[in-house]
Amino acid sequence: MKIAVTVNGTREEWDVAPAETLLDALRDHGYRGAKRVCESGECGACAVIVDGLAIDACIRLAAQSDGSQITTVEGLETADGLHPVQEAFTANGAIQCGFCIPGMVVTAANYLEMNPQPTEDDIRHVFIGNLCRCTGYKKPVEAVLASVSEEVGRRED
Amino acid sequence: MKTELSMVGRRAPKIDAVKLVTGRATFTDDVEMRGLLHAKVLKSPHAHARILSIDTSRASEIPGVHAVITHRDVPRNPYTSAGQSWPEPSPYDMYVLDRKVRFHGDAVAAVAAETPEIAEAALEAIGVEYEELPAVTDFRQSMGAGAPIIHDEPESYGIYDASRNIAAHIDVEAGDVEKGFRLADVIVENEFDVQYQQHTCLEPHVTIAFLDEDRRLVLRTSTQIPYHCRRMVAFALGIPVRNVHVLKPRVGGGFGNKQEVVTEPIAAVLAMKTGRPVKLEYTRADEFTIARNRHPQHITLKTGVRRDGSIVANALSVLTNTGPYGTHALTVTGNTGTKPLPLYRAANMKFYADIVYTNLPIAAAFRGYGAPQGFFAMEVHMDEVAEALGIEPLEFRRMNHIRVGDTDLMSAAAGEGAGKKPRVIHSCGLPECIERGAEAIGWYQKRGRPGDGPIKRGVGMCILMQGSGVAGDELAGAALKMNEDASFNLMVGSADIGTGSDTSLAQIAAEVLGVPLENILIKSGDTDDISFDYGAYASSTAYITGMCVLKASEDARQQIVAAAARMMDEDPEGLLVHDEKVTSLSGKSVTLQEVALECLYGESKTVIIGKGSHATKESPPPFVAMFAEVEVDTETGQVRPVEIVTAVDVGRAINPDICEGQVEGAVAQGLGYALTEEILVDADGRVLNPTFMDYKIFCAADMPTLTTILVEAEEPTGPFGAKSVAEIAINGPAPAISNAIYDAVGVRLHSLPMTPEKVLAALDCRGER
Repeated sequence: MKIAVTVNGTREEWDVAPAETLLDALRDHGYRGAKRVCESGECGACAVIVDGLAIDACIRLAAQSDGSQITTVEGLETADGLHPVQEAFTANGAIQCGFCIPGMVVTAANYLEMNPQPTEDDIRHVFIGNLCRCTGYKKPVEAVLASVSEEVGRRED
Repeated sequence: MKTELSMVGRRAPKIDAVKLVTGRATFTDDVEMRGLLHAKVLKSPHAHARILSIDTSRASEIPGVHAVITHRDVPRNPYTSAGQSWPEPSPYDMYVLDRKVRFHGDAVAAVAAETPEIAEAALEAIGVEYEELPAVTDFRQSMGAGAPIIHDEPESYGIYDASRNIAAHIDVEAGDVEKGFRLADVIVENEFDVQYQQHTCLEPHVTIAFLDEDRRLVLRTSTQIPYHCRRMVAFALGIPVRNVHVLKPRVGGGFGNKQEVVTEPIAAVLAMKTGRPVKLEYTRADEFTIARNRHPQHITLKTGVRRDGSIVANALSVLTNTGPYGTHALTVTGNTGTKPLPLYRAANMKFYADIVYTNLPIAAAFRGYGAPQGFFAMEVHMDEVAEALGIEPLEFRRMNHIRVGDTDLMSAAAGEGAGKKPRVIHSCGLPECIERGAEAIGWYQKRGRPGDGPIKRGVGMCILMQGSGVAGDELAGAALKMNEDASFNLMVGSADIGTGSDTSLAQIAAEVLGVPLENILIKSGDTDDISFDYGAYASSTAYITGMCVLKASEDARQQIVAAAARMMDEDPEGLLVHDEKVTSLSGKSVTLQEVALECLYGESKTVIIGKGSHATKESPPPFVAMFAEVEVDTETGQVRPVEIVTAVDVGRAINPDICEGQVEGAVAQGLGYALTEEILVDADGRVLNPTFMDYKIFCAADMPTLTTILVEAEEPTGPFGAKSVAEIAINGPAPAISNAIYDAVGVRLHSLPMTPEKVLAALDCRGER
């Protein structure tokens, strides 16, 4: 079946199978920032923003997204540079293997639009749906806090 | 060596950070391959069975199926999947596909097809006739009389005693423990049980295999061991090493699970058979059921002490469940004894172990490599020894821990260092770790104050040591080439699997060469490069490959100095390389760019190529003092970690952000091991919880406050004084939390994970409720 989606500002027409997930469709069309990890909506590594809300693309059918506006991790960077969350993850040592990072960054960027001044506790709870096996979550949480403070780009001590 | 450091010691952002945070970084499965086929593996529905017949005719006829393989189609070369140096110390007891299956999910056949759906349909069309065999699903029964023999095939070798299901065996002694026990005033004996833990790398095992233009086999694969993988696949398939090219792209976590050749052999056979690129990717359920795990163990500790607090004898014995294959069997359990025992000075030590086969999931390498099991037992036990003597536990450890100048008696006796020179301790920051950690947690203020009400508080601690590489069994080779703009291509064989080693190694090169980090273009883990490495395991990369990169950079630096001396008409002695230039004491200077251009295009016509090779007999231990504060709900048994303080002696923090990240990640995994994680298996050997929903790893909201203190007791044998950091901290949360629970509610937990059920049962036994 044919669907039309707008991915990172570009309108695309996709031919998708009825049972195809949005994650598979995105990856098949070259958006490989979203990662395949659990395929059951438990880990958040495939998070993308669909019509303004971060969701797990592995448990949404591609067909459900007909007409949707989708932002993937590839779409967060603009001509002006990295998204503040991306900048902060980079500067704060928040990235290890990086497999969960696209999902974390997308989730955080989306959340900050709804709550621009979060507490540490807010961020820890937003990240419940983003499993990470490398970092212990400390530096990612600190990075999100740093992204909304003056501290972005700090640290060359 | 310079004392003023400009690149080493900096919190430089990881050099791969931007591509990872933007989603541009390519992991194994992030490339387009024209004509890619999808592989699937038919898995055994039995824990133990002989394959009587396999009919693949229907499967082969399905349109879109390109190959169906069984044991008839693969060479019968016994191998081990354990990625270690040749000849691997693990038994050669595996086959690419076998006539027998030894656990639920063992590979029976494999297919390659146009789509995953066609491949699945083909699996369903394969007819297999099995002869079911009795299975061993309790590792305490493995050696028992009448137990079914799991490896009865004649071709396997290196098994300690196949007739009794013993994959490997350890029996070593330093001094005479029986004599030691006779000298003891007090003897304390305890038993401990630990479970299967799953690595849960976010990226599953995945390999894309294809034949290049020269018909060489290329393995684009998620691995910690590119060079071992090349050799092992070649040997298993009976093809020349030169015909295999391993490429390690970005890797989404390894933790030991990818110190294994897992998906590569079948993908390789299918690619060679079809002539098409083939992808074999594990699902999450596969990771939980047929990948690798931490070994379950039953551990007994017996310690004899004098009234003055000195230890006269220390004996540790282990029964280990390796599952159906002996991958890492000897060496993981080796570390269960050889890491914790020497931490405590004692003239008499004994270490005994049987590592036995079962028809249960495969156990293998996992961060800590046997030490988490051993330290859980040792550090809870030592708290009890201290208590038996009436000595404060922190003080007892201060009195007895290993120190500079001591010889590690176990190092030459057992495990991977067997038969080699004993390890002497050259650096030990443990006293500072203990002081600063105790201060940070508020040890003396909080100890012994559980508070009122149903929720009690407690603090506990432990001390730890690990190694930096395998003593006497490590090798790294690297090369570095200077370009026109004073950039350098650095080729290393080590595998950055998310640890940040590409960045740390580039920092070392940049430091020696006097250039900014962006001048170092590192490429790691490509076996066609001028590099070699045993791989990312045993906490080796910063220490071993780091020293190798230091040597290669120093080689290049000397060539630069010689060229600059000619250009400036100066004596090479006394020339300094710094800030992208070479300067003389008389005030002359040339830029590195001028040196590069002169070398490549001027009179000398020389390519500056620095090379290094590094091996060592040393494996200096990093040290940790870890402190845990917990809340124990006496009504529900729930244990909530409040804070973990980790004071870690890393020798030198080449990049403090990376060091802290390694510690924090290891603590998070260690918390799961302590409290929530366990692969559950039913009586028939089936995994019951193969999802993140049913296998609980810590999430962001579960995490306690983490405080990491980096202590730098410079190691004379390490690059800029560095030792390792990647594994050690995972050993700590289980014993520190168990000891904290005792401080809070007065019960000792000897079994992991410390679930609410176990805590409640322990409280009930004591009549606390």
